[in-house]
Amino acid sequence: MAILKFAPEALSNLFKPPVTTAYPAKPAEYPERSRGHIEIEIDDCISCGLCARACPCGTISVDRSAGTWTIDRYDCIACGFCVVKCPKKCLTMVPGYQTPGGKKSSVTYQKSPEVMAAEAKKREEAAAKAAAAKAAAAKE
Amino acid sequence: MGKRSVIPYGPQHPVLPEPIHLDLVIEDERVMEAIPSIGFIHRGLESLVEKRDFNQMTYVVERTCGICSFGHGMGYCETMERIFDVEIPDRAKFLRTIWFELSRMHSHLLWLGLLADGFGFENLFYQCWRIREKVLDLQEMTCGGRVIFSVNTIGGVLKDMTSEHMQIILKTMDEIEQELKTIQKTFFEDYTVLSRLKGVGIMPKEKINELGCVGPFARASGVAVDMRKLGYAAYPMIDFEPVVSEDCDSYARCYVRLMEIYQSIDIIRQAIAKIPSETDLVTPVKGNPNGEAFVRLEQPRGEAFYYAKASGKPNLERMRVRTPTFANIAGLCEMLKNTELSDVGLLIITIDPCISCTER
Ligand code: SF4
Ligand code: SF4
Repeated sequence: MAILKFAPEALSNLFKPPVTTAYPAKPAEYPERSRGHIEIEIDDCISCGLCARACPCGTISVDRSAGTWTIDRYDCIACGFCVVKCPKKCLTMVPGYQTPGGKKSSVTYQKSPEVMAAEAKKREEAAAKAAAAKAAAAKE
Repeated sequence: MGKRSVIPYGPQHPVLPEPIHLDLVIEDERVMEAIPSIGFIHRGLESLVEKRDFNQMTYVVERTCGICSFGHGMGYCETMERIFDVEIPDRAKFLRTIWFELSRMHSHLLWLGLLADGFGFENLFYQCWRIREKVLDLQEMTCGGRVIFSVNTIGGVLKDMTSEHMQIILKTMDEIEQELKTIQKTFFEDYTVLSRLKGVGIMPKEKINELGCVGPFARASGVAVDMRKLGYAAYPMIDFEPVVSEDCDSYARCYVRLMEIYQSIDIIRQAIAKIPSETDLVTPVKGNPNGEAFVRLEQPRGEAFYYAKASGKPNLERMRVRTPTFANIAGLCEMLKNTELSDVGLLIITIDPCISCTER
């Protein structure tokens, strides 16, 4: 039976630098695919709410009339299912973890006034079109 | 006959990675009987099917356990694929195989570390975990998560591996193989290690069969059960034989798991060599599931069983996971009979208990 089989290995480790990163003195590096947190390109969002319905944790809420998209980052498990489900591809998963905090809080993204105005105009046009079609149908 | 007394062991105990409680009936220093009680970390994941739809359940099931997370996600997806009766693309099968073997490697390396910690060899423990870190880096590089993969979806996988990724994996496999050889000597030959493992916790083959033990625990007693041989994912296209030992003791369990890391390295190399180049990674499924199915997988700790029953609604009617540790607890209590009290901690570790899985 052999004794001290590990001694050479253990001794050589005394002279090697540590394998761990000296965080936070040195910044942590994440690979490109790292599932850190969700980012949204809010002006591309059509407020369809599919992401909110897909999320297994009920993290996202969407308000169409106010043009907002809200996420509670402390509830998010970074599964990426909302990214898969979004029809406009305006959600992306990017590196960088949520920093810890003492209290839960959510982040709200607001669409820009221009986009809101354009959307409102589109809605009005659509409503006018529908009304015209209805009137035409009533005439016939 | 000496005086009998009962020692409560766990749920909080320095040697236990997860909470399990055993009542040890001892006579002098010998354990006569071990009575387990579990239920400290039940989270009710199975009953979540009432609240989450079948797609969302993929992510819930995956979080059953942090170590065998990939297998759980894959087991659930395979079950749903059977209900939908779809065949996933070949490349997705190979990708699942590679990821599954990576997760087996990191699980076994974690276990080797815990074993070393169990017999008080801190230095060896750190070396095992240092090697494991390389596997975790590969997982993070390819899926974005260190332990939770989130790449499985019903009908295939969500992410592909580029050829650079595969080159890095192959290179890392070579490095890990080299480093394993250095620690292998210590596990297999060192006097202190052998004196703690050899002939301790004998579990005869008949008992394994009688109690239905699974995984490396069973293979270390000469029962060649390996669910990978059932042929899910790309395993039918890969050449491998279950690692078996006839020694039946703790040393054999260490041997089987260490050799399985080499086997995983080999499987990953074969899979990368044979992987077809397709662009399709998902076979889309339509509508809601209807019917029932079950799947058996070889998790790092042994055979896991997944069952799902659907009735044409988004929410499943029933979902069930039976994990390997659940099958092995009966074997653990049998094995603990007539052992020294001081060996109990180490022996619990040798079945590689994963209590979070067991209690779901
Ligand atoms: S990543 Fe997952 S948990 Fe987070 S918001 Fe998207 S769907 Fe919800
Ligand atoms: S799924 Fe996409 S487009 Fe729809 S509400 Fe969510 S972020 Fe907006």
